[in-house]
Amino acid sequence: MTIYFTDDHEWISLEGDIATLGVTKHAAEQLGDVVFVELQDAGDTFDKGDAIGVVESVKAASDIYAPVSGEIVEANAKLSDEPALINQSPESDAWLYKIKISDKSQFDDLLNADAYQALIA
Amino acid sequence: MAAKTPLYDLHIELGGKMVEFAGWDMPVGYPLGTMGEHNHCREKAALFDVSHMGQVELRGENVAKQLEALVPANIDGLPLGKARYTFFTNPAGGIMDDLIVSNAGDHLFLVVNASMREQDINHLRQNLPRVELTERNDLALIAIQGPAAESIVSAHCPAAAELKFMETTVADLLGAECRISRLGYTGEDGYEISIPADKADAIARTLLEHPDLEAAGLGARDSLRLEAGLCLYGNDIDNDTSPIEAKLIWAIQKRRREEGGFPGADRILAEIANGPSRNLVGILPEGRAPARRDVEVTDSDGNVIGIVTSGGFGPTIGRPISIGYVNAEHANAGTKIGLLIRGKINPAEVVTLPFVKQNYKR
Repeated sequence: MTIYFTDDHEWISLEGDIATLGVTKHAAEQLGDVVFVELQDAGDTFDKGDAIGVVESVKAASDIYAPVSGEIVEANAKLSDEPALINQSPESDAWLYKIKISDKSQFDDLLNADAYQALIA
Repeated sequence: MAAKTPLYDLHIELGGKMVEFAGWDMPVGYPLGTMGEHNHCREKAALFDVSHMGQVELRGENVAKQLEALVPANIDGLPLGKARYTFFTNPAGGIMDDLIVSNAGDHLFLVVNASMREQDINHLRQNLPRVELTERNDLALIAIQGPAAESIVSAHCPAAAELKFMETTVADLLGAECRISRLGYTGEDGYEISIPADKADAIARTLLEHPDLEAAGLGARDSLRLEAGLCLYGNDIDNDTSPIEAKLIWAIQKRRREEGGFPGADRILAEIANGPSRNLVGILPEGRAPARRDVEVTDSDGNVIGIVTSGGFGPTIGRPISIGYVNAEHANAGTKIGLLIRGKINPAEVVTLPFVKQNYKR
């Protein structure tokens, strides 16, 4: 399974037409202690670039932008009670959404792991 | 290019994440993180570099009386070795800046906000032409805050233990003559220490050898002061807010209330007599969403009745907290209000400040 990245510091992996989305370890480190996560509900649809959630640290709120268009299949319910999970395991347990994607070709615009590593180096 | 404090190299060595603040390169946090630094300050002690703040000495005949023309505090009656919180008021009764004034014997010692130091110094020079003003750019300023502050500082400077809250003295600290004042901006016991710039780095490093002391950045400084219900200039108080609206009436001593004679006294004394139309209050959201600056406050019917001026997450109280202005009829503790966050009204309640009990050594 290939993992793609965005320059908004999100990761997205694709299995069939279902993608899993989260924030990168680098983003979690930059945010600091996460105290609140607000996610949209399953069934909501969105376009690439839309703000689809908010992650807040002690100091600041950061929007989550949709890296591709699609429909929310599941939002990670654990994060509302355990926002700090984003600091502990941003690239695994603290996934934000499972998404049914509408246009696979949008993945062509995303970064691969090497390009993302170069971005944050 | 942002200015660097005498502790800049130390911040970099400690892994400080540097941001520009009021024209200065300052650490917003260290690898411990804002939450960890905040908790360390409440539980043990934290060191803050506040060298970006302006340190000013005023000298001259009747200098205390002269300063009273610009601030509403009783400065003339301030005893030797005492510090007092006050603010420069404008002719409309708003607040130009808040500051600490200390009676240092042959002079008054002022500490003003970094973002306002130029304004304040011009204001003093223009309005007090007979006062000799010295800006002490040759001094660093560090704050040691937290329940362990006394033992940490007094280990190197026994005189520090003798001070009570809002008292100040000059004493030897690790071979340097320093001004040590028992006050701060965290709600905890602690000190602010003026140190000759060339000795600040060595003194800070020696103090940090104490196992109970960790460096903390601007992030923790903000969450600590917010929990302690202390105003931030530019957020909670500014040229449009009066000290009475901001619940700072305690800083206008009796004689000044009777005599007036400070800028904006008409409005300020009228608000003391009749009550202001809005009040700064503590706001406790019921949910987990922080309500930050500029979030609108509504009544239970959804009408806008105020605005959040500072807000975030309080690590000690363990939930989001805000302060802001609401119309006077909604300012009583216990009033149910709403917070308009991203288009949705989130329930909240007006509460009495501070959120976390202040822990001063009186």
